[in-house]
Parts: sequence; structure tokens; C-alpha cells
Amino acid sequence: MRIAQRILTPVVFGVLALAVWQLLVVALKIPPFVLPAPLAVGAVFQLQLPIVGNGMLITGLNALIGLVLGTALGVVGAILAAFLRAIDELAAPLVTALSVVPIVALAPVLYTMYGAGAQTARQFIAALAVFVPVYVTTLRGLRQVAPVHRDLLRAYAATRWQATRAVTLPGAVPYLFTGIRIASSLSVITALVAEYFGGPVNGLANAITSAAANSNFTLAYAFVLGAILVGLVFFVGGLLLERLATRHSIT
Amino acid sequence: MSAAVRVRGATKTFPGRGRAAGVTALENIELRVEPGQFVSLIGPSGCGKSTLLRLVADLDRPSAGSIEVFGDPAAKARVKQAYGIAFQQAGLLPWRTVAANIRLPLELHRFPPARRHARVAELLALVGLEDFADRYPDQLSGGMQQRVAIARALAESPELLLMDEPFGALDEMTRERMQGELKRIAGETGAAVVFVTHSIPEAVFLSDKVVVMSPRPGRIVDELPITLGTGSAADDVRESEAFFRQVSAVRELLHGVPGAAPRGVDLR
Repeated sequence: MRIAQRILTPVVFGVLALAVWQLLVVALKIPPFVLPAPLAVGAVFQLQLPIVGNGMLITGLNALIGLVLGTALGVVGAILAAFLRAIDELAAPLVTALSVVPIVALAPVLYTMYGAGAQTARQFIAALAVFVPVYVTTLRGLRQVAPVHRDLLRAYAATRWQATRAVTLPGAVPYLFTGIRIASSLSVITALVAEYFGGPVNGLANAITSAAANSNFTLAYAFVLGAILVGLVFFVGGLLLERLATRHSIT
Repeated sequence: MSAAVRVRGATKTFPGRGRAAGVTALENIELRVEPGQFVSLIGPSGCGKSTLLRLVADLDRPSAGSIEVFGDPAAKARVKQAYGIAFQQAGLLPWRTVAANIRLPLELHRFPPARRHARVAELLALVGLEDFADRYPDQLSGGMQQRVAIARALAESPELLLMDEPFGALDEMTRERMQGELKRIAGETGAAVVFVTHSIPEAVFLSDKVVVMSPRPGRIVDELPITLGTGSAADDVRESEAFFRQVSAVRELLHGVPGAAPRGVDLR
């Protein structure tokens, strides 16, 4: 009952907001280059589905590869930092630097490195953006062993490896998935924004730019809708993974 | 035969940080627990009863004095797994099922895999959780979680059970039922128990001997042997004249302790 209410309320609100938007555009005769009506955007989206879908696929794949690569790097890095103090101390300033650099600013450099014809630079940028939250949350999870569990393992005279396997690693899994949830939206945003800086011209952001340049604003909005959908898929995917990983944690 | 626990002249001081003075948590503690004996440590907050238990478990080291468990120094006894332990928090691993939680010490200590399943089933039956083997801790009530923790502590049939306010977070009804079950389990397994509590009726109901402690620094005020009619039902014991008399005796010992005055009373 309450779940239905929780889902229904925002859906009703969203539909209402769209209706008001549509009504205003029609009533005030707002021209499409100022603000296209949602129904018109929907119609173009449907009509141009093959093109928009292709853009979604390309940008989405870049984000997904970046997410997987960044997560793998983040997890390996966090495990090394958790167990080797030297690595933690070396990596801390680097990760801090990485977290304050607007990562898409690296895009032009990476395009030069990997060639403007390849998607590699975009995937790499997404991976870098993903790496930071995954590394930070996983490392925190690895450090957060409950005092009662620490006492218990000491009472059991467990070896360091036994303690790691029985408590430290499984205890960090919920933290890792929180990192992935945060990173999942980030990967789409960075993969998309990176397209504005160059590279192949078949992603969603390129499509938005060229549609707007041709004054086809309704089509530009249709691509924006595509970008929103890709972002939503990643967000919901990340959220579901997190729910799955934390379903038995006692807070 | 050596005592289950033998504490001689144990003192524990925690060093101060910065300008703060160090704290003497325990001073010159002498304690003897016989095999199979149920001993409660009772006292107001800060009297060092939990610290004493941690010393016996070798989770902390004494600043002075010696602690032996079945004739071995505490550190050796811990490595030999001479005791099982339960804390105020159940401390279950949330990602493991009830059965897997009980199995944890068996896995860590290379208990023959072929016999693990049977042993876990036995322990589940002992604490009355046969139907909950595949549940996760978050699906259990606080009392059930604590029963899992007790089963886990008993997994390797220790001759000594160390318990640090295991029922402290439970409601009164659950608490009394758990006390009854613990008494039965201790009787069935024949294990010695060192039980930390701040509940006088709990200590009297469970114990063969109640050790009363005073705070700052933690000292043993007195030891009181408890004699209740054995074999009668738990509720009869709790309502017996002997029970009330001994609860009063422990209370008087506790209140005779300086520093145990009721809070909020102005003594100027």
C-alpha cells in the first residue's frame, strides 16, 4: 500500500507537470525554438527512435564500460590501500586531486592520446569519474569493522587472513555497492559531457549539438529525453544492486 | 583439578591521553571460578566488571597480576579456545544465515566438515531455533539473535562461557525467559560461566556465586554464595523466600559501596 503510494505520488506529479508544460506551450503559443511541447518531443522521439536509440546505445555503452572499468580499479585500489599502509599514504593525495579535478577537463588530452576516432577516451573519462567514489566508499567499508566483530575474531584467535575473509571483505560489500550507486549516474554524465569535447560524432551529446545547430529544437529535446532515459536506467540499476547487497545489513 | 578461572592480584590501568590522568579500572582483583560453577560479576557502571571479563578472555592485558584459565595463562587459553564468549550486542554477521553464523567458529578452527552440519543442528535445537536455520539476523528479534550468539559461543563445547551483559538490551519478559534457558543450557553442558550483569535478580537467579564490585577503582567488595532450591520451576524460584532474601543481601552489599549513592542526590 505504502509502496504504491510512494511510486504513485511522484508519477502523478510528473504527469501533472508535463500537462501544465504542454498547456502553457499551447495556450501561450510558445514557438518550438524557445520551448517545444512535451507531446511534440514525444512524437519526434518515437519517429526518430532508430537514431535516438543508436545514440543512447553508444553513450550508454561508453558509460557502462567506464563503470565496470572504474569499479574494478576502485575495488583493487581500495583493497591494496586497506592492507598496505604505504599505498594508502601514496594514493591519498592522488585520489583527493582526482576528486577535485573536473575530469571531463582531461577530455581533449585523452582524445589526442587515443585518437579522435575511438570511443576509448570517453570510456576512460567515465572510468576515472567512477573510480573516485568507488575507491573512497570501498576503502571506508574495509576499515569499518564493528568492535564487537573485532573482539569476536580475537577471541577466536583468527589469523589475519581468516579475519579478512570472514568479516572485513563481506562487511565492505554494502559500501562498495553504495559507491557503485553513486558512480552509476556519474558515469553517464561524464560519458555524455565528454562528447562535447570531440571524438566520434555518433553519441547523444553530439546529436543534441547538431540538432540544435540545425535549429531542430524538438529533435534536440528528443535526444535529451534519450539521455535522461539512459541516466535513469543506470540510476535504477545501481539502486537495485545496492538494495540487493544491503538487504541483510543491520544498521 | 585446576580452577576454570584463577585471577591473582589483577590490576588494570588505562593510560591517560594528553593531560588527562590515567584511570585505574581494576585494582588487585582476586577471583576463583570452579569448573561448572556459575559466577556473576555485579556492580554499578564503571566498576570494571566488563574489563575483568575482557582480561579473562585475553581481549585486554592486565597491567599487573596474573590470569589463568584451566591452568593456562589467559593468552594461551584463548589460542587453545578454552572458552566461548557472548557480548551485549549479539555481534552476528548480518550477511550470514543463522546456521552459517553458528558455523563460523567451526569453520575457523577446522572442525571436521562432515560433522559440522550435525553439530549446528544440535546447537539450534539447544537454543530452540530449529526452524530459523536459514533466516538472516535482521529477520530475528533481539532475543533470538542473542540465542544465536549463545549457540555460537557453545559451538565447540567450551568448558567455560564468558558472557558480558548478554541480556542487557532485551525487554524484561524476554530477559526472564532467556535466563531460564541459559540456566538450563549451563546445567546441560556442565560449563563454568562468568556472567557480567547489573541486574541483581538476574545475578541471584542464575548464579552459584555472586561477586559484588565497587567502582573507581574497581574492586571486589564481597562474594556471596547463592543457594536456591534446585529442581523447582523458574517462576517458583523467583517467588521463593530464599530468592528475595538473597536479592536483598546483594542489594545491601551494593549500596554499602561508596560511590553507589543514587544519582541526583545532592550530598553537599
